Formats: sequence, structure tokens, C-alpha cells
Amino acid sequence: MAHSVVEASPRAKTLAGTIVVIYAVVAILPLLWIVATAFKSQSDAIAYPPKVIFQPTLEGYVNLFTVRTRQTSDFIASLPPARTWYDRLVRKHDMVIAGPSKVVPRFINSLVIGFGSTFLAVLLGTVAAYAFSRFRIPLADDLLFFILSTRMMPPVAVAIPIYLMYRQLNLTDTWTGMILLYTAVNVSLAVWLLKGFIDEIPREYEEAAMVDGYTRLQALRKVVLPQAVTGIAATAIFCLIFSWNEYAFAVLLTSGGAQTMPPFIPFIIGEGGQDWPAVAAATTLFVIPIVLFTILLRRHLLRGITFGAVRK
Amino acid sequence: MTALIHPDAPVNRIGAQTPFRVEKQVRGLSDRSIAWMFITPTIVLLLAINIFPLLWMIRLSFTNLNLSMSYLPLRFVGLDNYRDILTDDDVWNRLQLTAEFVISSVALQVILGFGLALLINRQFRTHSFWTTVILLPMMLSPAVVGNFWTLLFQPQIGPFNYLVGLFTGIVPSSFSMTGEVALAPWTIVLVDTWMWMPYVMLICLAGLRSIPDYIYEAAEVDRASSWRQFCSITLPMVMPFLMLAVLFRAIENFKMFDMVNLLTSGGPGSTTELVSITLKRAAFEKWRTGYSSALAIILFVTIFGAANIYVKALNRVKQR
Amino acid sequence: MRKSATRSWPRWTSGTLSLFAGMALSAFASQPVSAQGKQLTLCWAAWDPANALVELGKDFTKETGIEMKYEFVPWTSYADRFLNELNSHGKLCDLIIGDSQWIGGAAENHWYIKLNDFFAKEHISMDDFMPATVLGYSEWPKNTPNYWALPAMADAVGWTYRKDWFSRPEIQAEFKQRFGRDLAPPKTYEELRQIAEFFQGREIDGKKVYGAYIFTERGSEGITMGVTNVLYDYGFDYDNPNRPYQMQGFVNSPDAVKGLEFYKALYKCCTAPGLANAYMQEGLDAFKSGQVAMQMNWFAFFPGLYKDPNVGGDKIGFFVNPAGPKGQFTQLGGQGISVVATSDHQDDALGYIKWFARPAVQQKWWELGGYSALKAVVQAPGFPKSAPFAPQFLESMAIVKDFWAEPAYAQLLLDMQKRVHDYVVADKGTAQQALDQLVKDWTKVFKEEGKAVLAE
Repeated sequence: MAHSVVEASPRAKTLAGTIVVIYAVVAILPLLWIVATAFKSQSDAIAYPPKVIFQPTLEGYVNLFTVRTRQTSDFIASLPPARTWYDRLVRKHDMVIAGPSKVVPRFINSLVIGFGSTFLAVLLGTVAAYAFSRFRIPLADDLLFFILSTRMMPPVAVAIPIYLMYRQLNLTDTWTGMILLYTAVNVSLAVWLLKGFIDEIPREYEEAAMVDGYTRLQALRKVVLPQAVTGIAATAIFCLIFSWNEYAFAVLLTSGGAQTMPPFIPFIIGEGGQDWPAVAAATTLFVIPIVLFTILLRRHLLRGITFGAVRK
Repeated sequence: MTALIHPDAPVNRIGAQTPFRVEKQVRGLSDRSIAWMFITPTIVLLLAINIFPLLWMIRLSFTNLNLSMSYLPLRFVGLDNYRDILTDDDVWNRLQLTAEFVISSVALQVILGFGLALLINRQFRTHSFWTTVILLPMMLSPAVVGNFWTLLFQPQIGPFNYLVGLFTGIVPSSFSMTGEVALAPWTIVLVDTWMWMPYVMLICLAGLRSIPDYIYEAAEVDRASSWRQFCSITLPMVMPFLMLAVLFRAIENFKMFDMVNLLTSGGPGSTTELVSITLKRAAFEKWRTGYSSALAIILFVTIFGAANIYVKALNRVKQR
Repeated sequence: MRKSATRSWPRWTSGTLSLFAGMALSAFASQPVSAQGKQLTLCWAAWDPANALVELGKDFTKETGIEMKYEFVPWTSYADRFLNELNSHGKLCDLIIGDSQWIGGAAENHWYIKLNDFFAKEHISMDDFMPATVLGYSEWPKNTPNYWALPAMADAVGWTYRKDWFSRPEIQAEFKQRFGRDLAPPKTYEELRQIAEFFQGREIDGKKVYGAYIFTERGSEGITMGVTNVLYDYGFDYDNPNRPYQMQGFVNSPDAVKGLEFYKALYKCCTAPGLANAYMQEGLDAFKSGQVAMQMNWFAFFPGLYKDPNVGGDKIGFFVNPAGPKGQFTQLGGQGISVVATSDHQDDALGYIKWFARPAVQQKWWELGGYSALKAVVQAPGFPKSAPFAPQFLESMAIVKDFWAEPAYAQLLLDMQKRVHDYVVADKGTAQQALDQLVKDWTKVFKEEGKAVLAE
């Protein structure tokens, strides 16, 4: 609660609220600009001075999902009439849709690799955290610090030997390779966070269950896990955010087949420079799953940061 | 007695009659095997993906391997790579630059994050909504963020300069945030703070919320002023959380690569070239695998050592 | 004991978990599967000519039934991505149109197939192609008849300018009054600087415009590809023509220093703001949005610029890289097409190269927007009239000079990127210091490579 014995005075609250709202509005402006840019035409996006009021269009999104070629106006005139609204939109710029762009496969890669590695990291993390919490593991403290220290290497550094290793094992540019890598990076965080949560759950419950005849595994499933759901959710969010947004490994270890969205988005090129409306469209679409996930599990996020943080 | 017991007979009776320890072994897998079953996959994965490559990299750091010239014979060069790195002024400049970046960005994030956490803790109406809004930048991919901020910082077509011009009267096209030597280091601090201040804020919020009310009530009874309460209750109790936030952010920013690389490419010149960018160029553009392995080891030892010292200090603070 | 201990999970959690599990397992079970049937994957950079190649490739598919798949990567990550791919012996590319500077590394590391036998068998003669392109895109070691690529895209640095601004009477009058000569595309860099200063900050059609656009990109190769155009003209040389790899006194000669200083002066005085890290794409943006009077860029983009609705047609003109005190040169661009050694479809890939080398196909390649290197096409009588930039292109290809094509070229390039950008954009040190440092950097690289480096 607040500082003093009673809640903060209404005046203090209003003042606090005003400052926070001002900061939040200023902080959200860049994001709003990006969302807006997704609905601008190419020339509006790079207009100078920058346009705040503009004619919205879906060109950015259409450009994101298609590959187009430029044709002469005569050629366009000679084609049969456009059948869909996006065909019409593209033809207005003397261009013709030549096929789908790579954004959907990249998005799928992000989904598979992101959720796959999150699931594995949480799975491995939960059971390992449970073991560290409930059993006396020899050298537990050292092992835990070792697990933490794996996060201290710059990703570019880790990528050097991984690149060589994957080259030998034919794991470059594969889902398997990327999922393994992300899981390994996430599992250290997962073990730490989940150990904190599981430590909070009193042992008595599962021991009572075992007295009642459950096996250790059954006790884990029926007693501990339901109470750890909050912690698991929080851990899952953090792991997902990392895997979803990761760039360094993705750009160094994938090229086409398993490339995720982060290395793809900044390099969406239009006819001249970057296709900013398409980049903005991709950014908007890419952040939606994470935002949804986070809003749904908002309360758990706060707990997640606490427990992992303080329990050492 | 056991022989007559039906397999499905109420196990409770057996459980109730056998001592706890033995019971654990009678029912299902033993605890020990479960423990090892639970821990081994994690340890094995980490060994394979982290430790084995690390050892390989240590070995590589003593060679002259260059992947783009793989036809050259592989030679062991002892400590040559390390000597090259540690006597190279450029590398020291990069390290210093990275340290400055870490210090300024973390300091700014702590001040802003703690301040905002204090304000949000007043729990004004709609504070939950606005908290979520502030959290949004954290959800984005740092690479994508670095990329679109190049558009935002563009003097001619980006809104940042125009906003600044609006409030201060400076001509928008007269300065370039990412293009000028004096300003570029501040752009990376600015964008990093925008992205990660919410993280520090959340940790501080958690800390603030963990302080029980009765402590404040007792202080009120003692007629301690708000400022006094802040200094002797709030600050010390949030300190462990804050210090942890500092540790995490400092480690992350020391390793920072994607956001800065896409925002400035390390430029202008090398004024925002963090060590990770240098490392990436040496390893994946120049393909000097041996040299970059040595640099990576040096960086790891630095982070590890600094984190170690810091954690010891943190533990001492927590014990107080 | 709390009742909640035995409560079952909310249904959505088990559903979500199964979803995650399903995805993880299916990821292990399957991989992105490549399509069946004959196909070739061609890897290149993502730019206008690549789109033209896609169009051209439809003829190949019609003739042979082999489907062409393309992997195009933006220029800024082109070298990164494909050198990575080649280094990891990837199977993504069957054909690759690799940058001219990769030839050394590609040959020594056996990334490409040597094409001599193939050329002999199919009667493809390197004499049919422009000599600069054969030397630049195909040969390694240089000046020996060992061919690793077919010259595919001839390119060089050229300039565009706003012909419509240059033809305005009031602007012409003012220019004549100030400089005593007619406003025309510059023939020397001094003239270019004057014109750039003239246009810098001028109001045209209600907007402020700027003089020139030059390359300044830090990350991949931009500023080097820009500065060499000036350096060559001022007398810069990579090494002693008589003693290979002797760089002292050639890279950092007093003339070279003057050239580097000129590039910086031009950057500081006469360019648009906010372009401290700009390469091809930003130049196109700047020119198309009417920000600059003159733009340095690759000929590859000129067909697209000519067709641009805002600045194309009558509004655009082209000129060759101007001369300097010690000569007139221009930086060579362009690429050759090669067969990747790890490809599983080498015969089909060679078939593509055989098809591509046909004079008729090369002619169509030029017409679609590519730049043929075949003599039969560029020396045809109708060629100079076939496009407004064709004469400049011919002129440029006669004066091209290229960067190092050594296997260690990436290190040499990155060293130069750093030293030049540090000096020109980040105001670090003097031009002499920058070039002296560069000699030291390059010496170190060659020593590591085992090449005897003779210091002065």
C-alpha cells in the first residue's frame, strides 16, 4: 500500500497519476507512429515534414504479404480487370502481384520456434526447479550458479562455437537447432524463476498427499503444479518474449528455412529504400501475440519478476 | 500379511503403517531417481549448448582459425590472440564505451523506474491501465525497435526532431541524433531506456508492494515524517530489488547487440560500437574465428567477474 | 489441508500446454520440406535487377521445365548472409550471383565450381565479354585464365542529376553569374563541388533542397564504395603496380590524403542532413523525394529511376563519375553468376548458365533492366540510343577500377570502412592518420594470410 497509514491523499494521487499519464503518453507515441505508418502510403511514410494527418490505406499490409513487379501502364491496361481489392490497390501504382511474400512462413517459424522452445524450457525448468527445491542435490548451489552463469555470455559469443557445431551436425537453419538453442538459453531463467515459486509452496501439502498414498510424481502433478500455475505462467511469458524477439542467434544461424521474424522485418525492402509501411505493418502484427499474452497474464508478470528476483 | 493384500487394496493402510522414508521407496520411483531424472535433461542440454561450445571456443582462441581462409593450415598461436586484443587501443575504447553505455542507461532506468514505481504505487484510478501502456515497449523485439527508431530519428522525415523543434524552437533538420558524434551515444541510451525502464519499474513495484503496511503504521505512530519513512523504510527494503534489477540490466546491456546494430551500425565511425558489435564483425564478417573466440572469452570473464563481485555485495546488503 | 490442492487445472491451461507440446513435437518431427520436381534456387541481392532476372527466368522455365526459385537478400546483409551460407556449406543456393570481390575467397575455398571446362565444352568464350567484367567478376587469380563465374551484371558507380532543375532559366542565370560558366553536368570533381554548393540549401518549389548525395554507409561497404570514386581520381592506388602488396606510399600517398579530405569536405558542405549511414536505398529515397540535385549511385538503379513517376523521364539526367587531378576512374560494381560447389543440381545449374550466356538472352536481359556484359550487346550500334544512360554506362565500364578481390577481402573492406567512416563522418583524426592506420591494418591482414608484405 501507500506510504502513510491511510492511502495517499486524493491530491497526491492526482499528481502521481498526472505525471505517470504524461510519461505513458510520451512513451507510447513512437509506437503510435509505427502503427500509423502501417496505414500510410509509401510517399506519405517518407514525406518531409512528417505527416501526422494523412489518407489511410492498406498498401502497407498488402505490400507486406505480396511480392510485386513493376509493369508499364500499357501492360496493366491490357490485363483483365482486377478481381480483388488488393489487386486493384497494387495496380494503381503500376505494379502487379507476382506472388506471396515470405512473411507467413517467417511468422510460422517464429510461432513454432517461439512456442516450442518456451514449452520445452518451462517443462525442463519446472521439473529441475522442483528437484532443486525438494531434494538435496549435491553441489546444488554450484549447479544453480553454473546455470545462471550461462546467461553471462554475449549471444554473439555463444554463436561462434554453436555455428561451427551446427555446421557439423547439419543443424544450421533448422527448427530443431533453433529450438534447442533457445531452450538452452531460456531454461536457466526458467529454473531460477520456478525454483523461487516452488520454494514458496509449503512442502507439507505434497508430503501429506504422499502419506495419503500418492507417489511423488502424482503429488507433483496434483498438488504442486496447480499452485505453481502462476509462476509457470510468468516464466512462460518471459521465455516467450525472449524467444519471440530474439535476433542475434536468428540472424547468424538461420538463412531461409528457419528464419524468424526479427531478422526478416528490418530488411523488407520496397522499390527504393525500406518499405516503411510494410515494415510498420509487420511490426504491428508481430507484437500482437505478445501483447495479448501479456495482457491476459498481466497479474502473473508482477509476481514473476519478484520471485525470481529475490530468492537466491 | 503382504501376500494377502489385493494390489488395489487401500494403499493408505500400507502407507499409514510403513514409516515415511520406506514408504517413499515402496510407492513408485524412488526420490533419488526422480531427482536425477528431473535434473539431468537440463544439465545435459546446458552442457551441450553452453559448456561444450565454451570449451571448444577456449581451444579455438589459441589458434589462428579464419573461416574465410580455411585453406590455410591451422596453427596454434598460443596467447597471440589475447595479446593482440589486450594491447589494442581500439578494443579498450570499445570496452570503455560499452561500460559508459551500461552505466548511463542503467542509471537512467533506475531513476526513472524507481520514480515511476513510487508514483504508480499511489494507486490512483486507472493506474493498472497506464502501467500496461508503459510496459508495451518491453514487448518488442530490440532489433525491430532499433530499426524503426532510425526512421523516427531521421531529421527530415522522422517525428522526433520535429517534436523537439516544437518544444524548443530548434530547427528540425539542423541536428541528426544518429549522425552526430556528440548525440549518437545518447540515442542508444534513450532508446534502451524507453524499452527497458518498465522492467526496472516492475521490479521496484514488486519491492514496494512487498513492504507490509504495519511497518509504515508503526512509523506513523512514532511520528516519523514522510521523508524519514522513505529513507529508513522504503529505500532499504526496496534496495535488494533495485540492486537485482541493476544486475540484470547491466548484464544485458553489456551484451547488447541487436538494438544498437540496427539503430546506428555502431556509427558514426565507432562512437556507438559496443563490444558485441566488434565481436560480431570479427567473428561473422571478418571470419577471424580464433581472434574472436579470444575476445569472447575475455568478455565472458569480465562479465562473470563483475557479476560475482556485485552479487557478493548484494548479499551483504540483503543481510543488513 | 486446502481444498485447492486437489482442484483440477483450468481447462484452458491443459489445452494451451497441449498446443505448445504439439508444436514442439511437430517441430522435431518435420522440417520445412522443399518442393519436389526439378527446380533451381538462385541467390542474389534484392534490388531492381533481381526483379528483372525473375522476369527473364520465366523464359528458361518455359524452355526447360525447370522451376526457378529465388532467394533475394537486401544489400546491407547480402555479404553477411551469403558468405555465411557459403562458409557453412549450405545447400540453399544452386546458383549464386556473388559480389565481384568474393571471387578470391570463393576460388580458394572451393565454394564455386571452376568453369573453364564447361566454357570450353559449350564454346562460351570469355573474349565475348567486356574485359573489365571478365577480370573483375570471373578471374582468380587475377589476370590468369581461371574462370569461376560468368559475367552476369555489369555495373559501376554513376551519377544522376535533376535535369529539370538544371534547365530552369533563373537557376542557369544565377549559376552563370556566380561561377562564370554554364550550368551543366560536372566533368571534374571541382565542378561537382561548385554545383553542390550552389544547390545546397536552395529553395526549389517551396522546399529546401541539397546539393549532392554520396555514400556514407558504415555497416557493409557503403562509404568505401563511395570514397574510392574520389580516391582513384586523386591518385590513390591499392599497392605498388610493380611490387604486389606494397602499400606504403600508395594507399597513403599525399595525393590520396587530398582525395580523402575532398570527400569529407563534400560530405560536410553539400549533402542532406541525416545521411551519416546511407547507401543505395537512402540515395534513391533522397533523390526520388526531391531532396538532392545530384546523386551518386549504381547504374543498376538507373532504369528504375528513369521510370519513376516523380523524378524520371525528362526530369532526370545522368553523368559519368567526374575526373580528378590524377585521372578519371569509377568504382566497379557488378557480379558474375556461379554454380555453388555444394549444390545437388550442378548439371541443371550449368544449363542455366549456358542459357544465360546466349546473345539473345543477354539482349533481353538488357532490355528488361539488367546490364549485360556481353560485347555483342553493348557494342551493338543501337546500344547508346537504347537508354538515356547507355552512353554513360559504356563510358564508365571503360574506366572502372575494383577493390581488393583477395580471399581476405572482407577484412580489408571492413578495415577501410572503419578508418574512412571514423574520419569522414565521426571527425576522428586527420586524413593522413586514417590512411596510415589503414596501411597498418591491411599489412596485418596480409601477414596473417601469409602473403609477403614489403614495407617501405
